[in-house]
Amino acid sequence: MIEYRSVAKTFPDGTEAVHDFSLVLPSRSTTVLVGSSGCGKTTLLRMVNRMVDPSSGQVLIDDADVASRNPVELRRSIGYVMQHSGLLPHRKVVDNVATPLRLGGVGRRDARSRALAALETVGLDPTLADRYPGQLSGGQQQRVGVARGLVADPNVLLMDEPFGAVDPIVRAELQQELLHLQRDLGKTIVFVTHDIEEAFLLGDQVVILRKGGEIAQVGTPAQILADPADEFVRSFVGLDRGRRTLRIQEVDGKRVVVDADGRAAGVLA
Amino acid sequence: MTWFFDNLSYIRELAWRHLWLSVIPVVLGFVIALPIGYAARRWRLGGKTLLSLASVLYTIPSLALLIIIPGLLGTSFLDPTNVLIVLTVYAVALMVGTAAGAFGSVSESVVDAARASGYSTWQRIVQVELPLAGPVLLAGVRVVSVSTVSLATIAPLIGVSNLGSLFTDGFQRYFATEIIIGILCVVVLALLLDVLWVLIGRLTMPWLRVRGSR
Ligand SMILES: Nc1ncnc2c1ncn2[C@@H]1O[C@H](COP(=O)(O)OP(=O)(O)O)[C@@H](O)[C@H]1O
Ligand SMILES: [Mg+2]
Repeated sequence: MIEYRSVAKTFPDGTEAVHDFSLVLPSRSTTVLVGSSGCGKTTLLRMVNRMVDPSSGQVLIDDADVASRNPVELRRSIGYVMQHSGLLPHRKVVDNVATPLRLGGVGRRDARSRALAALETVGLDPTLADRYPGQLSGGQQQRVGVARGLVADPNVLLMDEPFGAVDPIVRAELQQELLHLQRDLGKTIVFVTHDIEEAFLLGDQVVILRKGGEIAQVGTPAQILADPADEFVRSFVGLDRGRRTLRIQEVDGKRVVVDADGRAAGVLA
Repeated sequence: MTWFFDNLSYIRELAWRHLWLSVIPVVLGFVIALPIGYAARRWRLGGKTLLSLASVLYTIPSLALLIIIPGLLGTSFLDPTNVLIVLTVYAVALMVGTAAGAFGSVSESVVDAARASGYSTWQRIVQVELPLAGPVLLAGVRVVSVSTVSLATIAPLIGVSNLGSLFTDGFQRYFATEIIIGILCVVVLALLLDVLWVLIGRLTMPWLRVRGSR
């Protein structure tokens, strides 16, 4: 379990990125922080592995304040996947994936074989292992990033818009694979995105944020759609434009679901 | 040409001396400039001062420096150490700016990713920032190397012989062949050293050779 207790962050230049944020993120489930650019998502995420230290308040992992942990040790115990993969361009793919293991003191051979296994887990061809990141496509690089995040089998996985920079088809593929992986692995995932569709797809718990990390609403996707807290949320999730409105039409005795424009979305079972 | 072959072993001896009188300052200059360059990049304000200090150092006339140094360090006047020190000072002065630029060329997001992966500061500098600064550092070493080989030719003026001796000797005897051969030898030595640095660069930075990588 991860818990934010009245966390605030003002950067040295005076920017107040997070005003007062409290939230509990249940273990072994995915919490998605969603909001528009600059609302403080990355800042909140990076408080978990002490890439950012809060100006006030606490972040706890399993009831222990992260401030009491050595930041380098803490980061090694937490998976981190970022946009643009964050791979080291001068290390081979397999060495990039093995990095968290090597830093944690795992031997070269052992690290390599575990890294190869992690590459397989994320659906990458092992022949790519000895290439450099620059020789991979954007989607492949993101997979490598996910493999690196998972390789040390951390309990907590932080993902900062990991699929934001790949094309929509690859993104959909990566999202499905993450869902699959999570079904097997049951990590505590904190996922950041500005895409509400992605948030609803991946999140067990979805947190909609306003500027300054202010929570507009927390809930399951269904709860948020059924009972949006206010106009901001309604418009953020697209309820105001009728984008979410589905209707049932009878066609040849079957009940077909159509969207606001009358396009068929599916059939009621 | 006959003069060249007649004096081959003498020239080889001079070239050999010239080589180590150049390589040692280049290597020392590189090693010393690295931490200074890194520091110059880290602290915004102090960094500027450091960099301008380095360029001022470079404007001190070499002959003056060669004469002052024995007095400062108590070395004997004809000691080759004086030459090594002077050339190292220039190498550092030239290299500090490049080193600062080289560390500045490393992508912020890669450094950030390394931090997030759990590299300690020291591990990150040595295993991530240093290699990624490599291409710019190499370019700097190549410039310093050529300039040092050429600058080293003043050593005979204070009694330390190397390929520069062919200039001074040829000049005193009004013997143009010796001067021309001296120049050619210096150029060839500079080129050979340059090839050496490029080879070292290829060996130490294999990721730059693969197709399609940045
Ligand atoms: N290191 C920093 N120094 C100063 N301001 C920052 C820093 N990092 C982020 N900010 C500012 O804090 C706010 C929130 O940033 P961020 O958490 O990155 O937002 P998001 O990830 O939601 O786009 C923004 O206004 C951003 O400009
Ligand atoms: Mg962000």
